[in-house]
Amino acid sequence: MKYHNPASFEDASAIAAQAGGTTRFLAGGTDVLVQLRADIVTPNDLIDLKNIDGVKDILCDKEGWTVGVAVSGAEMSEHPSLQSEWPGVVEAMDLIGSTQIQGRATLVGNLCNASPAADSVPAMIAAGASVTLTGASGSRTVAVEDIPTSPGRTSIAQDEIVSQVNIPRQVPNGGDAYLRFIPRTEMDIAVVGCAVNLQVDGDTITQARVSLGAVAPTALLVDAAAQAIIGSKLDDAALDKLAAAASAACNPIDDKRGTIKFRTHVAGVLARRAAKIAYDRARAAK
Amino acid sequence: MTQDSVKTSGFKVVGTRPDRPDGVDKVTGRAKFGADMYAPGMLHAAVVRSPHAHAKIVRIDTSKAEAMAEVKAVATRADFVDGLKGEDWNILENVMAGEKALYDGHAVAAVAATSALAARDAAKLVEVTYEILPHVTDVDKAMEEGAPVIREAAANHSVPDGMHANVVRFHESGHGDVEKGFAAADLVVEETFQTEATHQGYIEPHACLAQLGNDGRGEVFCCTQGHFNVQKICAKLVGTDASQMRVTASEIGGGFGGKTAVFIEPVALVLSRKSNRPVKLVMSRAEVFRATGPTSSTSMDVKIGMTKDGKITAGQGTFRLQGGAFPGAPADFTAMCAFAPYALENVHQRGYDVMTNRPKQAAYRAPGSPMGAFAVESVIDELCNQLGLDPIETRLKNASKEGTKASFGPPFARIGLVETLEAAKDHAHYAAPLGEGEGRGISCGFWFNHGGETAVSLALSEDGTAALSVGTPDIGGSRASMCQMAAEELGISYDKIRTTIADTATLGYNEVSHGSRVTYASGLATIKAARDAVEKLCGRAADRWGIDRDAVYWEDGCAKPSGSNAGDFDPLPLAELTKNMGATGGPIVGHFEATPEGAGVSFATHIVDAKVDKETGQTSVVRYTVVQDAGKAIHPTYVEGQYQGGAAQGIGWALNEEYIYGDDGRLQNSNFLDYRIPVASDLPMIDTVIVEVPNPGHPYGVRGVGETSICPPLAAIANAVSGAAGVRLTQLPMSPPRILEALDQQANG
Repeated sequence: MKYHNPASFEDASAIAAQAGGTTRFLAGGTDVLVQLRADIVTPNDLIDLKNIDGVKDILCDKEGWTVGVAVSGAEMSEHPSLQSEWPGVVEAMDLIGSTQIQGRATLVGNLCNASPAADSVPAMIAAGASVTLTGASGSRTVAVEDIPTSPGRTSIAQDEIVSQVNIPRQVPNGGDAYLRFIPRTEMDIAVVGCAVNLQVDGDTITQARVSLGAVAPTALLVDAAAQAIIGSKLDDAALDKLAAAASAACNPIDDKRGTIKFRTHVAGVLARRAAKIAYDRARAAK
Repeated sequence: MTQDSVKTSGFKVVGTRPDRPDGVDKVTGRAKFGADMYAPGMLHAAVVRSPHAHAKIVRIDTSKAEAMAEVKAVATRADFVDGLKGEDWNILENVMAGEKALYDGHAVAAVAATSALAARDAAKLVEVTYEILPHVTDVDKAMEEGAPVIREAAANHSVPDGMHANVVRFHESGHGDVEKGFAAADLVVEETFQTEATHQGYIEPHACLAQLGNDGRGEVFCCTQGHFNVQKICAKLVGTDASQMRVTASEIGGGFGGKTAVFIEPVALVLSRKSNRPVKLVMSRAEVFRATGPTSSTSMDVKIGMTKDGKITAGQGTFRLQGGAFPGAPADFTAMCAFAPYALENVHQRGYDVMTNRPKQAAYRAPGSPMGAFAVESVIDELCNQLGLDPIETRLKNASKEGTKASFGPPFARIGLVETLEAAKDHAHYAAPLGEGEGRGISCGFWFNHGGETAVSLALSEDGTAALSVGTPDIGGSRASMCQMAAEELGISYDKIRTTIADTATLGYNEVSHGSRVTYASGLATIKAARDAVEKLCGRAADRWGIDRDAVYWEDGCAKPSGSNAGDFDPLPLAELTKNMGATGGPIVGHFEATPEGAGVSFATHIVDAKVDKETGQTSVVRYTVVQDAGKAIHPTYVEGQYQGGAAQGIGWALNEEYIYGDDGRLQNSNFLDYRIPVASDLPMIDTVIVEVPNPGHPYGVRGVGETSICPPLAAIANAVSGAAGVRLTQLPMSPPRILEALDQQANG
């Protein structure tokens, strides 16, 4: 195993392009190091991204937020204004692991590990986030929902590296929320996750994005669920339609963490509950 | 053994709450656990394990592993003793597979190399050729006609004719006429229950450092609940004399019964003998889950009859326990404990010990009892619900008392079940109103407790302090309790005594720390050893005063003449007598060796409030109260800790913990992410009430407390959850999908 410590994403891309076997990137390391210790993956090349300039920065301008690839969950939670603008995204990230893990774990790692149960991914999808990929032929921007392709796999090319996360500015009268179901109260992995991001005009929902995690091979952006509540005041009929649309979108597996039936049902329950929180936040926003 | 009168009052040290003597070591990291020992030239071992649930081992090719420069030894079954019989053979077969791999994770070979990483790589180079056999992991399926046979002729004489070969032990007990009893009932409820295997979940994986020469002299440092047992088994499995095998117990990061068994020490010893180097072997968490003992899983039928006013007329139970690939599932204990809290005229119980392709079950806190209590106490709850009876009053009406003929046979001596029920009834928790969506559950629980072979030694030092050596590893704060009991007898202060867990070369044989026996048996032995030392001290005083030895007694840490007839002498404090002991007769050491048989049984009553989210099936335990008879609480904080620990583990067992096997017979969740032990935020503050009904078999009335605390939780939580959900839950764990499924079935008739 070769350890690399590049000073720029361009250098990192060049190393990755030449690496032949299994390549892993090190930001927080909370997935990679665990897999290495558990003898699940032994990379040929381990490329550390922590020492590239700017990877620990959370920046904001009129266009939007950028979050560096080595920004930890704890840094997001303690940021003075990210939490108030995107509480759902920050809460989703904060649900991952223990206090110790929060000191290391990153949004980009959570995305690129490509687990369908990753908590931050539905929240980023609902928020309309994208990532910037730096590769041999320059950079491109890709929507978060287009990164994972199946469990453990992404659409990122061998020479490409995620160089930042882009989250738009929340719209006025917008609010987001993320909920997950776990059998315990913490230190667990989502059996179902659901993020809702919506905008209101008075009491009426004008825009919405609904995303589900752990109910399909990748996190889903469920347009039918969004359509179910757009134009409504989130009354019972709209919530019923939302829950039905969320459940209908599920394509889960039976496994040790939950059954198909359970996941499909709970996706609807969480969609209702997350929508109510997002709705209250949006109406309270100024 | 003669029994002295029980001291129940006038304690100076017993009943107080001093800091534990091992506390600073543990919080500073100075304490040495199993993996903390190093030796010059030490090798690291790794074990090759079967990926198959059931397979014939056709060939093991170790040549590629042996070719690695870092590898110094490779061991297989051929390196152990041949020709063992009975339980010794069973242990060896589990430590290292012979002709067949019997479960996913069964050890088939082991390597020792100069680093842990090299050992791990070398283990991958050991090539094992398997012929895969059909497997079975479910207890009911293992009893069905046509189920794969784990081992022919493993059953003993107890098993009735016509049973499947996987049924290896049978237990039957009871009295009266249950059919007559059911006929006299106003209501009879019969239900079938299942529980899954759960692991003890100790935080410290098994670890050892072992050395064995070709001269047969061995040394082992290991994490265990009983190093004398490790000594005995290791000597047999590697073929040396027990006395040549010296075993020292490390500090222990949890055991709960799971560290009474031996898994890795004999493997490290044979690797050491082959390499002529010390060998360290540390299990990973996945190995702990796959290859050490969880509990049995169960399938149970219970039928109980009751009159309208709450009198139980008959109880009948059939308990089928899956114990893995070896005999030994505690089906007898399940059957014997299930109805023990109740004075029944008509009771009958049967237990089946069934082999499957799973790891050999190991003891886990009151082995077998919690499952039986789950079934019986659930049915009692159902009867109370349907008859509109108060669950505590109903249990009081039927409670076992002193003299009651136990469901398993003998009459009870003085017991405290009624006292725990009355304390529960009077507790503020029982009167507190329930919140929205909450249910309240009650359950009693019973455990025998145990005495066992015990030897201690108490050496006095010149400066008037004392060094107490015991042979029972401290798994629950016992060193503090031992110091308290010795201080009470000697009349010196708690911090003038140091209790050490002595190695196997220092003391006579001590049974493992199990059966809630340590505070009872090592405590009794400590008191008797202190009294032995006191007798010797009184003798020295008598010699000094020139009076008869019988004319001296011990009080407040001093020898005193017994009245004016004996003479007028100033009291002689302990330090005054030890100061010149070398010149007055030599070192003063008190000791005691025996097998105490007066371990008093213990009962508990638990009250649980649980809230169920009917949309997701999620349960939260919102309030929990443990009431249990301790006989006498030597160190009340550690008694309360045992109560809380039993409840906490019971909450995990009831709600989320389970062994999940795939269709391939492989364990699916061999890690703490997917084996869902409760985390701190899953638990309420667990309230405790210590009831003290003295045990006539202990000088201070002590009853063991470590195990009874896990007997009621499964049922108490199930009763609370069933109340909150409005549907009876009969299968553990009551995971959210199971609760939703039960609600669904109820809604769809």
